[in-house]
Amino acid sequence: MSVDRPAIRLRGLTKSFGAGNAVDGVDLDIVEGEFFSMLGPSGSGKTTVLRLIAGFEQPTSGTVSLQGEDVTDRAPFDRDVNTVFQDYALFPHMTVLDNVAYGLRVRGVGRRERRERARAALDTVRLGGFGDRKPGQLSGGQRQRVALARATVVQPKVLLLDEPLGALDLKLREQMQVELKELQRELGITFIFVTHDQEEALTLSDRIAVFNEGRIEQLGTPAEIYDHPISPFVAAFVGTSNVFSDELSLRVLGRGGIHSVRPEKMTVARLESPISGDRSAPGILAEVIYLGSSTRIIVDLDAGMRVVVQEQNDARRVGDEERGARVRVAWSDLDTVTIVADRHADSLDPTP
Amino acid sequence: MRLSRPARAVLAALTGIILAVIYLPLIVVLINSFSTSTNLTWPPPGLTLEWWVKAFRNEGALNAIATSVQIAIVATLVSLVLGTLISLALQRFAFFGRDAVSLLVILPIALPGIITGIALNNAFRTILGIQLSIATVIIAHATFCIVTVFNNVIARLRRVGMNFEEASADLGAGLWTTFRLVTFPQLRSALFAGGLLAFALSFDEIIVTTFTAGSSVKTLPIWILDNLFRPNQAPIVNVIAVVLVLVSIVPIYVAQRLAGAEKVTR
Repeated sequence: MSVDRPAIRLRGLTKSFGAGNAVDGVDLDIVEGEFFSMLGPSGSGKTTVLRLIAGFEQPTSGTVSLQGEDVTDRAPFDRDVNTVFQDYALFPHMTVLDNVAYGLRVRGVGRRERRERARAALDTVRLGGFGDRKPGQLSGGQRQRVALARATVVQPKVLLLDEPLGALDLKLREQMQVELKELQRELGITFIFVTHDQEEALTLSDRIAVFNEGRIEQLGTPAEIYDHPISPFVAAFVGTSNVFSDELSLRVLGRGGIHSVRPEKMTVARLESPISGDRSAPGILAEVIYLGSSTRIIVDLDAGMRVVVQEQNDARRVGDEERGARVRVAWSDLDTVTIVADRHADSLDPTP
Repeated sequence: MRLSRPARAVLAALTGIILAVIYLPLIVVLINSFSTSTNLTWPPPGLTLEWWVKAFRNEGALNAIATSVQIAIVATLVSLVLGTLISLALQRFAFFGRDAVSLLVILPIALPGIITGIALNNAFRTILGIQLSIATVIIAHATFCIVTVFNNVIARLRRVGMNFEEASADLGAGLWTTFRLVTFPQLRSALFAGGLLAFALSFDEIIVTTFTAGSSVKTLPIWILDNLFRPNQAPIVNVIAVVLVLVSIVPIYVAQRLAGAEKVTR
């Protein structure tokens, strides 16, 4: 890993379509061998950044460098990156083996060698016996693996993955997440993974860039992003958060600024039972949602805010609250994340 | 969907009538080709194979068929190349005036043939000073044959999208390799269907041909028209017509089979 020659370096990358900027001045260094995720809602610019790296789009301004080399003006076929497309884009008129061998074929690798290497690539994705089939005869998960084999057989330095698990059902998706992670470790190449699924990004990535309106809102490890969101957007988008606005913070926490508390850090108890944290607020229980391993409880605080609490379903949990009951939500101040610091700290009395 | 018995009976009868209107006259032509009468009286007074023998020895008819086939093949090839190129340009690239060009490409098929014919005749002879020949007929036919190729190819390009081409480029293939290995195979059946229609359009075209062929070039439709009202030639025209019907069935059947097969595999 070298810091001065990152696998990918983006500088001032901007792309406008018509009126607005889809990507707006993105600066980013992605380290070699990293599993890097670009996370954001649809329309946040993450896919456009991926397409700019692949070369399918030309930036309005800014540069893309691979391994220290400026490739901004190079065509997609002239860049040492490969893409796994959202819909896989397997060539329907070719067999699975010919699909996987395609990149080798256009590079002039001899027939025997390319078939051998394509077969080996199919073996690594556990599709050894499927070479003679057409893509149309495979299931979604198998097609996904063919797309992976096709993109990795040419040994790119960087693999771009555009929501590759989006079309799969939940079980298969979880299984493919593990396989992706293993494949990345095995190949040792840089993965850039685009997703709108925050859980997926948190599970897989070494680092995450959270995108919002064409910019990177926050860049960090999954733990940094989850535990210390730096904006209300990140707090709300990555997992569920109870975000206290300036006014509510004053009322509930006794200090200004914007703060957030994760639902799993909070507990709900009857009003008269002893308080378990050093922060608490009374309210009315609005909804109880059973989730199997845990229960989600929604409480309307008297302070004028709705909070979501998630408790593990163990013996200690009081499961018999009724809707409309008076309850108390409690948490520890250690779990209160300050997103925006208190601007009137001096002018106000800090005690609640 | 279920239909009531009377509704089904009415629809069946209607279908029968419509098919009869289309195909009975063709059967009359078939029977007349064996008639002993030279002026197409009905019913035929007797049956003979004389006209079939004469038709296959008629140099005018055979030459006309050869000319028509030649024109249709070349016009189709020109349309396939130009139609594919213009479809790729309009569907894969954004440029100023794209919608206008698209409209101008389709327009010739809607223009009355007589207008196209007079305009081209004028352009060839008075403006460009070119002698009317088989080449001018081919150019004239290509102006509207291109439309069938264009429509088929652009519809296919739209449906297939750019994903496969992007995937190909991503894997290292240049523009020409991508076209040869990915785009063209996707277009093959669309090109076949478009080419077939183009061939058929050119083969039976008569109005534009009249204005662009000059006196030396005789295509089959022109030959038929010339001979239809000549005494003793009418039965031979019938024979040629029957042959043409039989020959037309083959490509239509193939095209239908291809379209059906494609639906199954997709």
